[in-house]
Amino acid sequence: MRVSVFKWRSLLTPTLSRHLGLALAAFIVLLVLSSQIGAYDDYNLAAIAIFVIATTGLNLLTGVNGQLSLGHGALMAVGAYSTSLLLRGHDLPLILVLPASLTAAALVGAVFGVAAARLRGPYLAGATLALAVGLPQIATRYSHVFGGEEGLTVAPQVAPAWLGADFPPERWIAWIAIAAALITMVLLGNLLQSSVGRRFKAVRDHEAAAALAGINVARTQVVAFVVSAACAGLAGSLFAYWSGLTAPSGFGVALSLQLVSAIVIGGLGSLSGAVWGSIVLVFVPALTGGMASSLNLPSAVGNNLPLLIYGAVLVVAMLLVPYGIDGGLRRLFALARARWAGAASNHKGVVDWDDPAGG
Amino acid sequence: MEQPTLDVANLTVRFGGVLALDHVSLRVDANEIHGIIGPNGAGKTTLFNAVCGFVRPQTGTIRYRGEPLLGTAPHQLAKVGIARTLQGLGLWPGLTVLENVMAGARLRPHFVASLLAMPRADRQERQVRDQAVQVLDELGIASVADTRPAALPYGVQKRVIIARALMAAPELLLLDEPASGLSVGEIERLAELVGRLRRRMSVVVVEHHVDLVMAISQRITVLNFGQVIASGTPDDIKGNRAVSLAYLGEDVKTAEGGLGA
Repeated sequence: MRVSVFKWRSLLTPTLSRHLGLALAAFIVLLVLSSQIGAYDDYNLAAIAIFVIATTGLNLLTGVNGQLSLGHGALMAVGAYSTSLLLRGHDLPLILVLPASLTAAALVGAVFGVAAARLRGPYLAGATLALAVGLPQIATRYSHVFGGEEGLTVAPQVAPAWLGADFPPERWIAWIAIAAALITMVLLGNLLQSSVGRRFKAVRDHEAAAALAGINVARTQVVAFVVSAACAGLAGSLFAYWSGLTAPSGFGVALSLQLVSAIVIGGLGSLSGAVWGSIVLVFVPALTGGMASSLNLPSAVGNNLPLLIYGAVLVVAMLLVPYGIDGGLRRLFALARARWAGAASNHKGVVDWDDPAGG
Repeated sequence: MEQPTLDVANLTVRFGGVLALDHVSLRVDANEIHGIIGPNGAGKTTLFNAVCGFVRPQTGTIRYRGEPLLGTAPHQLAKVGIARTLQGLGLWPGLTVLENVMAGARLRPHFVASLLAMPRADRQERQVRDQAVQVLDELGIASVADTRPAALPYGVQKRVIIARALMAAPELLLLDEPASGLSVGEIERLAELVGRLRRRMSVVVVEHHVDLVMAISQRITVLNFGQVIASGTPDDIKGNRAVSLAYLGEDVKTAEGGLGA
């Protein structure tokens, strides 16, 4: 006789097990990679993972739901300041601080999302830009709470003892950030493949048609904003741990614009696009910075060269791969597959840029 | 007497100085195909927009199965059983045909279940997918389920739009120019389809293709400059002088005579 017991395995739906499997594989690879590289590279790896969290969230909002936000740097600031304030004078564990900071940013995102749902195109861009400009000012204005221009310091996370006494803290924060990034990607991946993701895209592509299909357009837009803000908050919180300092200068308009440029370079609307964009975001300035300093240029030129090269890379990327790195790679892949299939193929390099299969 | 499916009474819509609808009334019974014809700018689409809540009329009432419909937001229509297709198609280019149709389903998406890919979300997705395949099959376009709409001929795109509307299993289907851009063969198939749908729902068709409307409708309302100039069975409309005037223009002699009939 069969005894009916609750089966944990029944909770592992095909979608979830596929995403978890991919994330687990990536986690193992990245842990191994992180253990092979030096502290500075681990530090950069952590930065990429943190940016991945922010950019996947932004890509969900902008690429998938069609709402352009130029203010996500400010939402990262909400996460970072929440973390810094929570840790001031308290020794709270990371596992509590991260969700709390995420929630704080999600709440700000909800308030802002309600306003954003009423705005379109340039008006939405303007309003979110105002958020990016205005919010860091609060830290300066109320300096007794937020530490003013100097900001608030955050003690670095110390690796647990079982990892060894000389385990570098850069590697530990990299592991934490990688885990957080992969969890974020699993959750957003689930969302993208569900009816919720379909509704996000429907609202992006045609609002009136979406409404007639029974989709509450405004509510869908607010939900996308909240999810996206929560990601930004999580990224901001980890950013505070990673940099050890939360100051207004770290969350200026430039950060918000960098996040947008990352998803555009990486590929709008796909999770992998956000990853490519984050890699570019971290590595191009690091590379160009190294180049500039090795050229022994006067500091007035040398200090601005990385930014110049970054801008040039942006322009070239837009010209060469208008659908981002992700789109470019898919095109290459499709071309290779078409060639593989032989001349009989009637695809002839015709590529579906916005193929959701890879999203 | 049975409750009409749609009962529009004295509807007036004004855009600034333009009177788009002027005390328009019409009534659609259960399982009736109701055609709305009229020259360009007659107010046909505005009438649909008013029924769907995109446009707020200045006066008049709209009742759906006896219940007032005015004030219902467009996204609430699917829930009460009203589906509408748009003149400009309104397919979502970023979704496949199957996904476009799936999104037409009347369902309550569960955010947390979707976020965590819980069994109930997967189950719901499977059900909706099966249902969408069935509807695509019924319209003879199941083979293009995984294609993007933009890659399809216009006639097939128009069928996808109808498939999406049918996913909601509506009791009232509003079709906005379903025949525009279709070939003769496709129009015949459309007529046959709408005739079949009639068993399950009421259909209101706004259409320029007068022959089609005459062929499939039980009753027809003719609009011109926002006013109902005629209504009745196809035979009533065929013989109506006001209708031929609206479509073909004033007879030259009559116009010169100053006084018409």
